[in-house]
Amino acid sequence: MAILINKESKIIVQGFTGKIGSFHAEEMIAYGTNVVGGVTPGKGGQTHLERPVFNTVKEAVKATGADCSILFVPPAFAADSAMEAADAGIKTLVAITDGIPAHDMIKVKRYMRRYKNEERMTMVGPNCAGVISPGKCMLGIMPGHIYKEGNVGVIGRSGTLGYEAAEQMKNLGIGISTSVGIGGDPINGSSFKDHLVKFEQDDDTKVILMIGEIGGPQEAEAAEYAKKHISKPVIAYIAGLTAPEGKRMGHAGAIVSSKGESAADKVEILEAAGITIAKNPSVIGDTVAAVLKTL
Amino acid sequence: MNIHEYQAKEILAKFGVATPKGGIAYSPENAKDRATELGGDMWVVKAQIHSGARGKAGGIIICKSHQEVSDAANTLLGKTLVTNQTGPEGLTVQRIYVEEASDIKKEYYLGLVFDRSTETIMVVASSEGGMSIEEIAKDKPESIIRVKIEAAVGMQSFQAREIAFALGLEAKAISRCAAAILGCYKAFTNSDATMVEINPLVLTGDDHILAVDCKMSFDDNALYRIPHIAELRDKTQEDSKETYAHDRGLNYIALDGDIGNIINGAGLAMASMDMIQLAGGKPANFLDVGGGATPEKFVKAFKLISGDPKVKVILINIFAGINRCDWVAQGIVDALGQITIEQPLVIRLAGTNVDEGMKILKDSKINYIEASTLEEAANKAVKALNDLENK
Repeated sequence: MAILINKESKIIVQGFTGKIGSFHAEEMIAYGTNVVGGVTPGKGGQTHLERPVFNTVKEAVKATGADCSILFVPPAFAADSAMEAADAGIKTLVAITDGIPAHDMIKVKRYMRRYKNEERMTMVGPNCAGVISPGKCMLGIMPGHIYKEGNVGVIGRSGTLGYEAAEQMKNLGIGISTSVGIGGDPINGSSFKDHLVKFEQDDDTKVILMIGEIGGPQEAEAAEYAKKHISKPVIAYIAGLTAPEGKRMGHAGAIVSSKGESAADKVEILEAAGITIAKNPSVIGDTVAAVLKTL
Repeated sequence: MNIHEYQAKEILAKFGVATPKGGIAYSPENAKDRATELGGDMWVVKAQIHSGARGKAGGIIICKSHQEVSDAANTLLGKTLVTNQTGPEGLTVQRIYVEEASDIKKEYYLGLVFDRSTETIMVVASSEGGMSIEEIAKDKPESIIRVKIEAAVGMQSFQAREIAFALGLEAKAISRCAAAILGCYKAFTNSDATMVEINPLVLTGDDHILAVDCKMSFDDNALYRIPHIAELRDKTQEDSKETYAHDRGLNYIALDGDIGNIINGAGLAMASMDMIQLAGGKPANFLDVGGGATPEKFVKAFKLISGDPKVKVILINIFAGINRCDWVAQGIVDALGQITIEQPLVIRLAGTNVDEGMKILKDSKINYIEASTLEEAANKAVKALNDLENK
């Protein structure tokens, strides 16, 4: 089954004809992802990568039946494009764009609340590597070949640290049901908790791995939720034990600004919720392997 | 991005928040002139650095004559102030603000920030102004008022009024305080701020409300659409290496260890720093070189890291996804053809085309220590450091 995306997902690319959009669309198609077209306002009617280009997301959805979209639109226009996708009935949107103003993301989140829960789009990102259900569908910019198909659900903030974990698991023969990169921004489309809920319901997922970092309340919220509502084993690694307080570590959201936001505090909160901690980034794969053995 | 107190006051004043009258000065003579222009018989001379808690560090001086204003300016200009927000190296005072002294009846705290868990704008207020919000939270937590504002509809008058009443203000001052709170909210949303903090917000002897000290921070991602704020950037208040890196598209934070590192991706960079510490070393920096690992980018990164006298060993950890290891390896080799580095170099490559990448490094003339895992890289970097010290 996997979550968010699978073999049947019909994908459109927003910002399809741009350099970055084109490059990654080709990579996704090569992986076997069902890319059915793209959107670039003003270029509707053209053909790009042997697929139709549309002026609006609504036109694209009407003509192709697309249910997923990936966004490569520049930061100044990205929030507008995300709301356009929500309004057109897209179910899963991955926003790759890095640098969307936080005030814009608050507006996007508020806009999405106009739709009923069951009709509401799940937005992943921004500032993320995307989503991959290995062997089925890739909606992102990750190197698909390092992900093995399997039954670990992965949720992480960082791109390359997620790759590191995926490769460690692959080297141990462990595969992934779906890997979701929620991104490094302070206000993001969906949280650790949002995807814990989905993985709990997914039959293909046996254990869940969270890769968090300093800053923000989401890891602690996920811990509290997991303790009450998640029956599957959860494993976590938190990056940034050596990060100084008050400094922004690359990601716009990676800054310790209050209690409970440092790596040490988060590890304590997660452990108290019964979550297995990977003590350091080189034993993420080993920790998952050890938990899988107990099943 | 941060700005100075006097700049924040100018912005707030445009949104109807009352502030004491004042003027900026760059010399003792300047300062005296400002005091003359302001009139009155008492002034406050305030060091302008990007930090709060300046009072405790001796950065705020009350003066009762023009001579005292001149002396205070003389003391502060060029001085390095160390506060609990500047780090041990402190910040140098390049300009001072001369302000009329305010008649303070009572001090309050007012702050606006994003609340990441509810994705709203949070107004935080307290009747215990003058102390830092951390101190208030510790000593007088019951005095803290928190109101969440739904950004799509904006702050309503009743919300501002509720805060003013909760602060215990007298009837005469309620509407003035509510106007100040609404003004701060408008300044926050209109200028892509991430933080507005007024501490203290003051009730004067004649029941007016004044923002006596304030701080504002802005979203770096939004600077393109707030040019009037972007131009207020003061590089003298930033770490010079962080500024150098920032201006060259690198994400860099200076730390106090001796193992310099060059990594792609913020999460992997933090994880690598953690591994260095677990291996018994201390990272000298955080540096995310980002996606395209071109020779130009490595030259910039090498210049930044190897030029730092603290750095004794350099660790490169690149997990190549779309940018393949062979391109990354060639980028490193080409960069080292243009720049010489003195420090031992540990390189760990992983991901797409790792074997080809390692072969390029081996076949080149560069001098390096190879590592294949994150743990091995950290251990070898610490060992290289110990070897240097035992020489």
